[in-house]
Amino acid sequence: MPEASPVIASMRATGLSKQFGGLRAVADVSLDVHQDEIHAVIGPNGAGKSTLINLLSGDMQVTGGSIVLDDRDVTRFGAERRARSGIGRSYQKTTIFQQSTVHENVRLAAQAHSKAPLRMFGDVVSDANVNAAACDALERTGLTLRIGTPANQLSHGEQRQLEIAMVLATSPRIILLDEPLAGMGTQEARKIVDLIASLRKGHAVLLVEHDMDAVFELADRLTVMQDGKVIATGLPQQVRIDPAVRAAYLGTHGDAAGDAA
Amino acid sequence: MTPQMSLRAWLVPAILLAIAVALPFVVPKYYVQFASKALILGMLAMALNLVVGYGGLVSLCHGAFFGIGGYALAMVTPKYDPVSLWWSFPFAVGIAAVVALIIGALALRTRGVYFIMVTLAFGEMLFFLFHDNQFAGGSDGAYINNKPEIAIAGRVLLDLDKPLAFYFVVLACLIATIALLAMLVRSPFGHALAAARDNERRARSLGFPIFRLRLIAFVISGAIAGVAGYFSAAQFGFIAPQTLGWHVSATVLVMVLIGGLRSVVGPLVGALVLLGLEEVLKATTEYWKLAEGLIVIAIVLLLPNGVRHLLTAVLGERKEIAPQDVKAVAKVEHA
Repeated sequence: MPEASPVIASMRATGLSKQFGGLRAVADVSLDVHQDEIHAVIGPNGAGKSTLINLLSGDMQVTGGSIVLDDRDVTRFGAERRARSGIGRSYQKTTIFQQSTVHENVRLAAQAHSKAPLRMFGDVVSDANVNAAACDALERTGLTLRIGTPANQLSHGEQRQLEIAMVLATSPRIILLDEPLAGMGTQEARKIVDLIASLRKGHAVLLVEHDMDAVFELADRLTVMQDGKVIATGLPQQVRIDPAVRAAYLGTHGDAAGDAA
Repeated sequence: MTPQMSLRAWLVPAILLAIAVALPFVVPKYYVQFASKALILGMLAMALNLVVGYGGLVSLCHGAFFGIGGYALAMVTPKYDPVSLWWSFPFAVGIAAVVALIIGALALRTRGVYFIMVTLAFGEMLFFLFHDNQFAGGSDGAYINNKPEIAIAGRVLLDLDKPLAFYFVVLACLIATIALLAMLVRSPFGHALAAARDNERRARSLGFPIFRLRLIAFVISGAIAGVAGYFSAAQFGFIAPQTLGWHVSATVLVMVLIGGLRSVVGPLVGALVLLGLEEVLKATTEYWKLAEGLIVIAIVLLLPNGVRHLLTAVLGERKEIAPQDVKAVAKVEHA
């Protein structure tokens, strides 16, 4: 179970690196995320953004560096323990329980963070706290009317909403979003952007996203990665005029959609 | 609609139970023994399905847990006296659970096809352990000359030597098994187990302790298989190393497939179908194994649901680990 939440949640990564054989996907990356802040990470394809999220969420183990969550070193924690320490994540490629209903997807997420996630007796619907957390997450993501629908029958946009609903149902303090707008239409994207903006309060949000309009609308701080390294970090307006960034990324961006994975 | 449905939900099991209770009073003794044997194997198939159907883990070593339960009984039964059911039963089930814990703790570090191969290897290891060593009769097997009994102050209250008593004890255990499994698959535990089967990566990142979850399911399943093995050995008064081997494991897997992977009692139906089929064919033709094989193939082809689910259980998981695998293999090749 998560410990009593400190007033300010924060996550600090120092000197992170990840080696795949001969490829250094992430090299000496340091960044931090604080509560009530959205920290966006951008960069061309192959810059190591998704790998960075996988390192922070524990889906992958680091080759070097450390990750500290509220003064607690979680570097060696696996994905399960990171999740139970208050880190929630969404996936770039929709990763949900396809055969289950929307409600069951979100309920499972809430169950994983309940007092007895592996209780062996009693029906699943009997835990009031789990139900409340699930309903709340469904309401915030606007999926309440779809609770009985099997997840594989949702539209792509709704599946992306479900991804975020599942993260919310785990009551995380740190939220890692891996391209939440990937493959979305303008209208659907608008809803998600508003939803992400609403997450700022009470959470520390790390956002990896290709949609530059969304990034500049949402980000309180911006980090730019290229070839696994951080080439600039700071306020969005400062980063925007950074010569290195312009040369490496924004200068050629013009049409951000062209970068979509 | 709801009252009707709940009536049907109660009526069908009630009728089946009534038939099961009445059966030994209307059929010859031979069929009472046959029914006991079928229910025991049905119990084994239901136990296996907890990990195969609900956990998505195709185990090929459940014959070993079944056989261990039987060997445990054989080894604690004195040569000239019956052993008390009160302690020999929990002992045998406990041993099966411990063996399942050890095998599970090692095998559950693998996935998909590798899991099948590792469980197969453990099953065969146990077969050779009992086959090649003399401590439990070696390749000849071990005899249980006196069946377990419940006695208080010298008075025998329950004697498993009587086919009728034996049948009802097995029936009671079967009902307890169904109740236990039905409770498990409906509980948060069961839903988490199914979630890990459907999408291990997401289940893990939600915070479910996948390894512990699967290990618990594997141990419960192995313990129930031990219960079935205990009664099977008690029924025949004999246990052979072949019981531990892959042949039994595979046969039970066929029962699970015939019965369906997504229900608690499906595998019991599969066991009854397969054993009933064998019984009928043995009486009609000398080539009953050929006929049985063809019929099983036909069932599987005509009712592809079971098989399809099995394949997703195996291949779905393989797909998930594939990228890391490719990288791991690439790494080894580079080194």
